Amino acid sequence: AAMAARALTDSMRDRVVLGEFGVRNVHTTDFPGNYPGYEDAWDQRRFEEAFRVDIIREEEGALEFDMVGIDAAIANAFRRILLAEVPTMAVEKVFVYNNTSIVQDEILAHRLGLIPIRADPRLFEYRNQGDEEGTEIDTLQFQLKIKCSRNPQAAKESSDPNELYFNHKVYSKHMTWVPLGNQTDLFPDADFRPVHDDILIALLRPGQEIDVLMHCVKGIGKDHAKFSPVATASYRLLPDITLLQPIEDEAAETLQKCFSPGVIEIQKIKGKKVARVANARLDTFSREVFRHENLKNLVRLARVRNHYIFSVESTGILPPDVLVSEAIKILMGKCQRFLNELDSVPME
Amino acid sequence: VQADGTDGNCVTFVLHDEDHTLGNSLRYMVMKNPDVEFCGYCITHPSESKINFRIQTRGTLPAVEPFRKGLNDLMGVCQHVLNTFERSMKEFRAQR
Repeated sequence: AAMAARALTDSMRDRVVLGEFGVRNVHTTDFPGNYPGYEDAWDQRRFEEAFRVDIIREEEGALEFDMVGIDAAIANAFRRILLAEVPTMAVEKVFVYNNTSIVQDEILAHRLGLIPIRADPRLFEYRNQGDEEGTEIDTLQFQLKIKCSRNPQAAKESSDPNELYFNHKVYSKHMTWVPLGNQTDLFPDADFRPVHDDILIALLRPGQEIDVLMHCVKGIGKDHAKFSPVATASYRLLPDITLLQPIEDEAAETLQKCFSPGVIEIQKIKGKKVARVANARLDTFSREVFRHENLKNLVRLARVRNHYIFSVESTGILPPDVLVSEAIKILMGKCQRFLNELDSVPME
Repeated sequence: VQADGTDGNCVTFVLHDEDHTLGNSLRYMVMKNPDVEFCGYCITHPSESKINFRIQTRGTLPAVEPFRKGLNDLMGVCQHVLNTFERSMKEFRAQR
């Protein structure tokens, strides 16, 4: 009985259970004093032994990795920082010299701001507040100067705008970098341009032109979403499916259909079809199993409380592993800031 | 940072320019300290970016100590996470 009680508290401590009508054991309860007989005080060595990071998949601009042995509060802090506090460079001020296109000035400026700029934000400083001009250490200047004209060689009856006009589509590849001050010496090999060349900014017709100068500054996503370096950063907890009783034959077939493909595997043991949990990680937890009366009490759906499957997709400015490292450093910087304040200001 | 409280054991810190990101993770680290009787944080108003972070200690330990220890522990966690992550990235790339 003592073993069963301990197993029950263990499951309460490290599983979040998905019941039929709600989720149970959501909050972290493993603080010192809550459970007699458990060592819950913070121990860095125990944390380091239990903690691990497994990289699952790395693709062009997307990274999937597991963090095991960490708590929700800290994993969420990393996610929030990835979305809102890792700085990037984006167009902030647009000086419109001539805009005779159909697109209004402010709409054009809004669209230009959202274009991701391939520039490492760690090479630049934040602009001082109230500084309107911008110096070479905190500003990148881009120019977009384009004029649409009629094509004299086009066929008489053609109606294809690609044939009739020159430059009628304004793409992000038409943005050119204009070095400020000594930026050519500071960044001799750098090639500052938008990440993607084929972002359509505006459409023109003959006689219309756009002539704008753009200033890019360093900012964070909290200020404006254009500064967010990730397409999205999310995490989910590792699913944990337990079959409380052996499930056979037809019930096993229904069970397999209740979950995502690959989660439940059917094996033939002594002529009977028996269901087995093959790979719980693939499941998306649609809870279809609760709709079947005969199955819903035989399965326990839960999530492992301290196993986070992160999925970080970058907009292309910085590779996703650099983004995660930067996010962790930013959290360290926040702690350091308060430690410095504690040490410098005497507490009365 | 501002401190306010009746005696040194129960202190409410007002942290400016912070939100759930640091608040929740710091609360978790301070709660793991067995000397702490109560620890919580709240955001006074969503339009203002500041949090009230309250620590009450058991006994006579001044509340600044668990706060400082929590910050140091959180720094330690981040450092270890960073090292582990970078090491795993290197290994993953090497064996790919």
